[in-house]
Amino acid sequence: MNRRSHFVTAMMVAGFLFLYLPIVLMIAFSFNESRLVTVWGGFSTKWYGELFRNQQILGAAWLSFKIAAMNATGATVLGTLAGLALARFGHFCGRPLLTGLATAPLVMPEVITGLSLLLLFVAMEQAIGWPEGRGITTITIAHMTFSMAYVTVVVQSRLATLDESLEEAAMDLGARPAKVFFLITLPIILPAILAGWLLAFTLSWDDLVITSFVTGPGSSTLPVVIFSKVRLGVSPDINALATLLVLAVATFTTVFGLYMIRQQKRRDLEVQRAIAANE
Amino acid sequence: MSKPFLLGELLAWIRAHGPWRWASQGLRARGYSGRTLVTAVPYLWLALFFLLPFLIVLKISVSEMQLAMPPYQPLVSWISDGVIALRISFENYLFLLEDSLYWKSYLNSIRTAAISTVICLLIGYPMAYGIARSPAAWRNLLLLLVMLPFWTSFLLRVYAWIGILKNNGVINNLLMALGIIDEPIVMLQTNFAMYIGIVYSYLPFMVLPLYTAIEKLDQSLLEAAANLGCRPVKAFFRITVPLTMTGIIAGCMLVFIPAVGEFVIPALLGGPDSLMIGRVLWEEFFNNRDWPVASAVAIVMLFVLVIPIMIYQRSQGQQLGAHR
Repeated sequence: MNRRSHFVTAMMVAGFLFLYLPIVLMIAFSFNESRLVTVWGGFSTKWYGELFRNQQILGAAWLSFKIAAMNATGATVLGTLAGLALARFGHFCGRPLLTGLATAPLVMPEVITGLSLLLLFVAMEQAIGWPEGRGITTITIAHMTFSMAYVTVVVQSRLATLDESLEEAAMDLGARPAKVFFLITLPIILPAILAGWLLAFTLSWDDLVITSFVTGPGSSTLPVVIFSKVRLGVSPDINALATLLVLAVATFTTVFGLYMIRQQKRRDLEVQRAIAANE
Repeated sequence: MSKPFLLGELLAWIRAHGPWRWASQGLRARGYSGRTLVTAVPYLWLALFFLLPFLIVLKISVSEMQLAMPPYQPLVSWISDGVIALRISFENYLFLLEDSLYWKSYLNSIRTAAISTVICLLIGYPMAYGIARSPAAWRNLLLLLVMLPFWTSFLLRVYAWIGILKNNGVINNLLMALGIIDEPIVMLQTNFAMYIGIVYSYLPFMVLPLYTAIEKLDQSLLEAAANLGCRPVKAFFRITVPLTMTGIIAGCMLVFIPAVGEFVIPALLGGPDSLMIGRVLWEEFFNNRDWPVASAVAIVMLFVLVIPIMIYQRSQGQQLGAHR
């Protein structure tokens, strides 16, 4: 019964081909000599050179990186707090509303989130004079609002699988709640928090629609620049940029994935040792 | 007396007498604790930047357009001597009803999203099933492979399909070189391209919740069914599908809801006649600069999506609750 049927295996292979073939083709054509992106004209790395001379793209990438890093840090703090409240505080006043608010941004169409945040920023500027104009600040706030939902889910589901007895034991021994969190809970859920940070970083780095609404003159992030280029047609230097981004993500995800698996193994080993020592 | 000691003493004094202690005692006396603070920070953030904006969208959707910045008239205005005028207009909503473009876009968005969701489910279920039934050593790698496209740029993955589908793209070049067709098939800027784009982009969102549900499924139930003479296909529909329903619902909602309001895919892959409401809202806002109508479009979209969002949240709660 444990064997996969041929149908399932075939569907799996087809599914993965569907997911990866476009990416593989895009990488292949980034080394194409010809300007006609999909007609092979010989191997060349000239588009990479062109990419690194394109000041507009480099500037946009740096701006995107700064926003993504700020967003990820803020979203991780907010998301961890929300995840902690939802997973550990039982039933408190306003819990259903917090649950709703914390998970709705996951599925909310981006055009709605973007439009509503822009209208808020405009109304706030009229009422209290802040935020003055739109740019890095408004983009970061907007990104934090939708990406904290992802961190919340990651942290909440990690806490849900975590045995509460360790925290209770520390509490019984007289540790105050804040101390329990920093000494016991935080180190255990740290990999989940890190994963949440990376997720928030990627979401922000990638976002086009919400950014387009809340951005101002002079602050075009990388997706905004790419979108305006792509609308005019396929261009080989975008293929080169895509290849670099895919390779960076693949390397990073693999390293992080291996690190997580090793951590898990080490933890399992420690648990086994502890059990053996007790016997 | 050394400096660190002084500093330590100072800190101890502040902790004992300073405003922190006073504040925390005061809060404690009123029944507040650290928990309140932990809950209050994300709560206030979401109330300010997620809940309040919807109220503002609602407000602007019933105001009138004007040629200024911001391009809408205030609802409440002080005329003179403390006389307050409140102007609410439902013109924008009437406009949405009258112009067939809007309700056609809503229907088309819902249909496109629903069909894409079904296709995602049909491809995603066997994939998730296959991963869950793979040897344990393979499972993490295969999951990582599903996740990887999700971590890479959404925009660039949609862009990759332009090069494949366009008239002198990979598919047409291949088919013409093989002599199967003489003229390129028009695929880019059609509904076909849009479906491919949506299914391709949202497939990981379908596979992950399905995998979580299928992995938890108790194999012995299927063995018992087989021993009692149940055919595999029947066992699949009578046992596997009902027991993985939370995953199916979560996956379908994760695809359907964002797909209804999708903008990037119809803008890059869809044709001029593929009316999607996300694109209509975008054009109303950026091209026509009609903020009140764009707000009305958003509010109606929200009403359309309220029920799917509630279904999603319930299934999400069940999945998180099931861990305990």
